[in-house]
Amino acid sequence: MPAENVQPIVSLRDVHQSFGAVEVLRGISMDVPKGAVVCIIGPSGSGKSTLLRCINGLVPIDRGSIRVGTFDVHTLHTDQQKIALRKEVSIVFQQYNLFPHKTALQNVMMAPVHVLKEDKDEVHARAVALLAKVGLSAKADAYPGELSGGQQQRVAIARSLAMRPEVMLFDEITAALDPETVKEVLNTIRELAQDGMTCMLVTHEMRFARELADDVYFTDGGLIVESGPPAQLFDQPQKERTRAFLSQIL
Amino acid sequence: MSRRRWNQELPQGTDLPVLMPSATRIARSATVERMSGFFMLRLQPAHGAALLLLFLIGCGVAQAQAEPGHPSILVTIWKWTPLLLGGFLFNLAISAVAMTFGTLAGMFLGFAQISLLPPIRKGAWFTTHFFRNAPWLVLLFYCMFLLPFQVTVFGITVPIPDWIKATLGLALPVMANVSEIVRGAVQSIPTAQWESAASLAFNRRQTMWMIIVPQCIKRMLPPWMNLYAILTMATVLTSIVGVAEMMTLTGRVLSAESRPGLLLAFYSYVLFWFFLYCYPIARWTVRLEAKYAVNH
Repeated sequence: MPAENVQPIVSLRDVHQSFGAVEVLRGISMDVPKGAVVCIIGPSGSGKSTLLRCINGLVPIDRGSIRVGTFDVHTLHTDQQKIALRKEVSIVFQQYNLFPHKTALQNVMMAPVHVLKEDKDEVHARAVALLAKVGLSAKADAYPGELSGGQQQRVAIARSLAMRPEVMLFDEITAALDPETVKEVLNTIRELAQDGMTCMLVTHEMRFARELADDVYFTDGGLIVESGPPAQLFDQPQKERTRAFLSQIL
Repeated sequence: MSRRRWNQELPQGTDLPVLMPSATRIARSATVERMSGFFMLRLQPAHGAALLLLFLIGCGVAQAQAEPGHPSILVTIWKWTPLLLGGFLFNLAISAVAMTFGTLAGMFLGFAQISLLPPIRKGAWFTTHFFRNAPWLVLLFYCMFLLPFQVTVFGITVPIPDWIKATLGLALPVMANVSEIVRGAVQSIPTAQWESAASLAFNRRQTMWMIIVPQCIKRMLPPWMNLYAILTMATVLTSIVGVAEMMTLTGRVLSAESRPGLLLAFYSYVLFWFFLYCYPIARWTVRLEAKYAVNH
């Protein structure tokens, strides 16, 4: 559990973002302490995925500020600055997005070797260890096409971890998986959280959010409707909108 | 020519499971054909058999029209075969050289078409579509008659033979088509791959060369091979501008023999040689296409 007085590692202030005329984020503010697990829930189209992409600098924001560690994300422009940021914060996508022409091991090794320019042998050792951590030692030389959805997603997690980030973002990573494989992926995240990794998850897995999260944010229409510890948000939601959403899902 | 996006999947066309295999196959080949800008050569053994039959009929016609004292048609063909095959090798040489230069130039042009700089992108787009939509024969005549027959560099006069100009004339449409193949392949890679690479801090150049292009090669190979087979068949166009390739030589042989009955037999014979060369390429292309379609 994070101490109360720790400087937040991710800090958002009044973040606005729009695609053309569509306002996706309409003023989001949140603080994520180091080592915390934060779940973001809400209906589709409420801007959850965009929020994660903004934190990683994949999507530029219109207004407000995002701070991750020592980086002001909204002011980064050069490749060097973005590399520095993405060493700090890594994202895992719903559709895995592994590189299909590379084996699982190569997928994990690519970015550290070519982007971070780290020693190849060292990266290899780390990649092997990471694949073992996600339970895929036997699949190191398999291509993504030969792996199941759950296995691909775990490789994707290992690939992100290989950058040794301080913060991991997970964008509905279990949404494309069947219930059995969801479990193996969630177990991987559970272990990560127990190791003290700061995790931000966009998820529809309410039971998982309740079990693991330190804080849960409910978003709708580009705004945070309500937030709090899971016990409070799930059991005594304050807002009518939250109650309506939870009654649909639980 | 509208700027269509080639990476859009064609609608599958049916919800009926029974029809799906063929619908999928048709949609797939339509996508490939749209990308390459050409029909796919789908040569079958039956096509070869039909050609052979045509050739035999031609031989029969020639034999029937032969006057006493004329040697047998097969003997006549056999006599001229070394000359004709020499011409055929010339066709192949032209196709290989035109393909090489067309591919190299087309790669540059294709990548220029996806450049982030608008002037480069638009210039490449215009060049590509100009040469892609111009008739091949017109481009051939342009090169034949607008290029000098010799150039003088530092006092040394270098002649430019006709066949080099003709090869250049064929390389231009090849370049434009390769450019479209490259652009189509790059844009057919899901944007999620770019996003994924960006999230791992690859820059644009690294993403292009390490992640996008390696995935493109598989997609480019079938249309590229198809283009080559079509180019090989188009090399006979150079006979119109006087290059001594197989068609030109066949014409000369026929006038030397001055037996009108030989026409069908000789031209079927030429056709048959082209079939022999293009058939394996076409089969291989279809196989690669099917194989890669499964992997994606």
